[in-house]
Amino acid sequence: MEITELTVHELKEKLDKKELTITQITKAYVNRMKEKEKDVQAFVNTLEDEALSKAEELENKVKSGEVKGDYVGIPIGIKDNICTKGVKTTCSSKMLENFVAPYDATVVEKLNAEGLINLGKLNMDEFAMGASTEYSAFKSTRNPWNLNTVPGGSSGGSAAAVASNMVPWALGSDTGGSIRQPSAFCGVVGLKPTYGLVSRYGLVAFASSLDQIGPITKDVEDTAILLNMITGHDRRDTTSENIEKKDYTKALKNDVKGMKIGLPKEYFGEGINSEVKEKLYEAIEKYKELGAEVEEFSLNIADYALATYYIIACAEASSNLGRFDGIRYGYRTSNFSSLKDIYRNSRSEGFGAEVKRRIILGTYVLSSGYYDAYYKKAQQVRTLVKKEFDKAFEKYDVLLTPTAPNVAFEIGTKSNNPLEMYLADICTVSVNIAGLPGISIPCGVNSEGMPIGMQLIGPKFGEEDLLNAAYTYEQAVKFREKYKPEFKK
Amino acid sequence: MKVSREEILHIAKLANLNLKEEEVDTYLLHLQDILNFANIVNNAPVEGLQETIAANDNCNVFRKDEIEVFEDNEALLQNAPEQERNMFKIPKVIQ
Amino acid sequence: MAKEDYEMVIGLEVHAELSTKTKIFCSCPTEFGAEPNKHTCPVCMAMPGTLPVLNEKVVEYAVKAGLATNCEISRNSKNDRKNYFYPDLPKSYQISQFDMPLCEHGYVEIDKEDGEKKKIRLTRIHIEEDAGKLNHNEFGGGSLVDLNRAGVPLIEIVSEPDLRSPEEVDKYLRKIKSILEYIEVSDCKMQEGSLRADVNVSVRKKGATEFGTRTEMKNMNSFRSIARAIEYEAERQIEVIEEGEKIEQETLRWDDVSGRTFSMRDKEDAQDYRYFPDPDLVAIRLSEEYIEDIKKNLPELPESRRARYISEYNITEKDSNLLTASKYLSNMFEAAEKICKEPKAVANWLLSDVSRILNEKELEPESIPFTAEQLAKMIQLISKGTISSAIAKKVLEELFENPKDPEEIIKEKGWIQISDEGAIKEVVLKILEANPQSIADYKAGKDRALGFLVGQAMKETKGKANPQMLNKMFLEQLK
Repeated sequence: MEITELTVHELKEKLDKKELTITQITKAYVNRMKEKEKDVQAFVNTLEDEALSKAEELENKVKSGEVKGDYVGIPIGIKDNICTKGVKTTCSSKMLENFVAPYDATVVEKLNAEGLINLGKLNMDEFAMGASTEYSAFKSTRNPWNLNTVPGGSSGGSAAAVASNMVPWALGSDTGGSIRQPSAFCGVVGLKPTYGLVSRYGLVAFASSLDQIGPITKDVEDTAILLNMITGHDRRDTTSENIEKKDYTKALKNDVKGMKIGLPKEYFGEGINSEVKEKLYEAIEKYKELGAEVEEFSLNIADYALATYYIIACAEASSNLGRFDGIRYGYRTSNFSSLKDIYRNSRSEGFGAEVKRRIILGTYVLSSGYYDAYYKKAQQVRTLVKKEFDKAFEKYDVLLTPTAPNVAFEIGTKSNNPLEMYLADICTVSVNIAGLPGISIPCGVNSEGMPIGMQLIGPKFGEEDLLNAAYTYEQAVKFREKYKPEFKK
Repeated sequence: MKVSREEILHIAKLANLNLKEEEVDTYLLHLQDILNFANIVNNAPVEGLQETIAANDNCNVFRKDEIEVFEDNEALLQNAPEQERNMFKIPKVIQ
Repeated sequence: MAKEDYEMVIGLEVHAELSTKTKIFCSCPTEFGAEPNKHTCPVCMAMPGTLPVLNEKVVEYAVKAGLATNCEISRNSKNDRKNYFYPDLPKSYQISQFDMPLCEHGYVEIDKEDGEKKKIRLTRIHIEEDAGKLNHNEFGGGSLVDLNRAGVPLIEIVSEPDLRSPEEVDKYLRKIKSILEYIEVSDCKMQEGSLRADVNVSVRKKGATEFGTRTEMKNMNSFRSIARAIEYEAERQIEVIEEGEKIEQETLRWDDVSGRTFSMRDKEDAQDYRYFPDPDLVAIRLSEEYIEDIKKNLPELPESRRARYISEYNITEKDSNLLTASKYLSNMFEAAEKICKEPKAVANWLLSDVSRILNEKELEPESIPFTAEQLAKMIQLISKGTISSAIAKKVLEELFENPKDPEEIIKEKGWIQISDEGAIKEVVLKILEANPQSIADYKAGKDRALGFLVGQAMKETKGKANPQMLNKMFLEQLK
């Protein structure tokens, strides 16, 4: 098997057995990037030279005993809204095209401490607003399963890079499905952790109360490993939870006997593509075979949650993106004579249409006269969504839904009607609204050979059961052994 | 709620965004569409429910009043479009 | 109608920088006067991805201020974002508090001219961050943004519109300043802008119950300009009303040089701050124990010191008020009293000559250059008879110019009092000889003549003669 086809836990084994060296691994990935990046367009910035010299340095340090660790020398790709000191962080926006962060995000510090090697910064929808990576100001990333289709978004670069073996794993961020939906579209595993489990310090904020960083990997075991690396309390993020660190790999028991799985029937309704539903029902049967107790129930919050999501996310975004004013960093218009010009022209020229649309929506719902009808109400609905989930988790260990209503669509065919586009987030957003963990794992392909994702949702800090449920299914169906991206043109 | 042209122009001004004449209608249409949908929050059974005001239930997370100096001062200014004497330069503002 | 038919209605929003070591949401120092942008970090520069973490001392100081001003302390509180664009505001929102301030419903008392007390109600006290500074660029044109002050903690103390005159405003401000100094939460240096006020002024016909339309003057930082600005603005409003026009609710800028107010903001830019809870910060929940603990450790407040001065030292109420108005003055009084055990003398010197010199030099008590010990020593020298009060006044002037041990000063300047009986007698005889008319006058019953003679003798000795001894000697000789 090619080096780049291996999972991280497999790479580690080979490193341990000295069947591979750190430089061999990095070189293999750099070569793979050279081969595939022109088709996939997953990166905003690649760091081949830096990665190769880092690999050499680490290899020497490991030899001399200066550096120790289970995963030293493993490469990774990082979504381009996570700050990396000295390396551009663009959020795929013209606004930050040349921005170099003066500091490392907490998760990046953690990866550096593990001895991981950054292969590059991954493409995304501008400021993480979008679900196809077509809203990148720089390029549209392609889905490795069919290069004419989108990889999903906003972490489309991360999912496509993992699916095309250009990185062994990657970090993404998820505000309303931005890890899970592209993972589903690209046939990989993506986890949005419980809100507060991973520090947000250094993640360029889209919607502060919803954003979480999480792993996108080839399999569930790698997800557990990467989650181990990035979790932990951070005193620089007050929303980061001060709880004991867990070893999530220990949760992978390959056993779901007696596990109670709830199927919220509203998530299997008319809007869901029939092939998607079909694969989901197969997966449900599999779980039954594996000894889980599966039961349908009603969770009537999907529409409310979606409306609430767009109100809250845009409100927070409108404020979070105020700092991009052309004064201290970022794009500044060349067309100005007054301060007002700098503000208005820099922001109008620096932000793309979708970002501006959301800023306008967010500004509107916070403005006087509308605050109560929209923002305040949405915050009440948020409480309702949390309560309904709490109720569900009194009965079930995990919930099972589709990750997205459809498989990846063709590039350029996304709706011009934003509302229609937003409706496609219906399966994922309620998880962010309630701050819960959610994972997407592949559960088959459709008649065109495009991957379909299944979402499992857990209670707060229920990552262990969630990962075990995903792992057990994965071990039973062996998706990766059956299907591979074909780079269809 | 019906959004007027004046309102969207006012909102754009608050957000410091220019809307070109030809963009106004599209933004207006989209905003109206989304708001019509978002209005369903007003039908949600939320009577008696508190608003969520934070993403989680953490409280009283404070910092000690201890100085930590950020050493890499240069890196803080390196992204500035225009600077002079370690300050960010902007057109003249009369206070 | 005339000006006398109107009354002013004034409310204040006082902003006080808290004297914490670090900023409100990051660990940068708050120290004043550093090189531009030296006290900044990714957080206070609003670099993308950074997050605020609240300084615990800021909450503590705000609660202290609330307790010292009779506020109710909120058990549940939060931080909100106030959104607006300005180059000194790097995040384009200020983290402040909107509907759940830390402290509410307080009051302070001021003394009116007639000796009555008046309660000025406080609506609220909340915490927020200060903005940076814009500097005018003399050479290259444009303005330059310095963010050293961005994120320095502030409390905003909002009063009800209970004030009715510039004098009341002055008293109220001095009261607030003295309280904040006493509880050591702010150094209240107005020159450095660490105490500033937004002043809301309206006028109405006397006896009216409705408020008039108010205007706001922002960022005022001297007692004198606040009083002038209120006086001017009230008069302007009365004129406008008398001409049958309407007052426009707006923000004004006071120009100290021309002594006028000017319209400040574009009318078209009606502000809408879009407040909402800051999702980057978590709730503040204060326990009874926490609040009780702060209450227990609150330093002695001016009210209590004042009462003590009256009962312990027999100092008049008026003087006690004056002494305790400034914590610095009050501390100096207590320290000097401890050394010389002459409370009345210390109080008199501080409130008469020291205060006069401070006024002349337009200085605050904090700028007194000499120590309490030096003042006490000077007073001891008077009571020992080493110097006269007249000389002491000169010593005090010298203490302001070149502070050092008063004993050294009088030695250097040769100001030691003449208390030698022989020397005094010599002067007295000389003066008597030169002023036969005064002797005649005195003998004819004109007591004033004695004063004149003593004065002449003082003049002769350049003020160094012991006045009591002079008096006694003249009386003896004139018998």
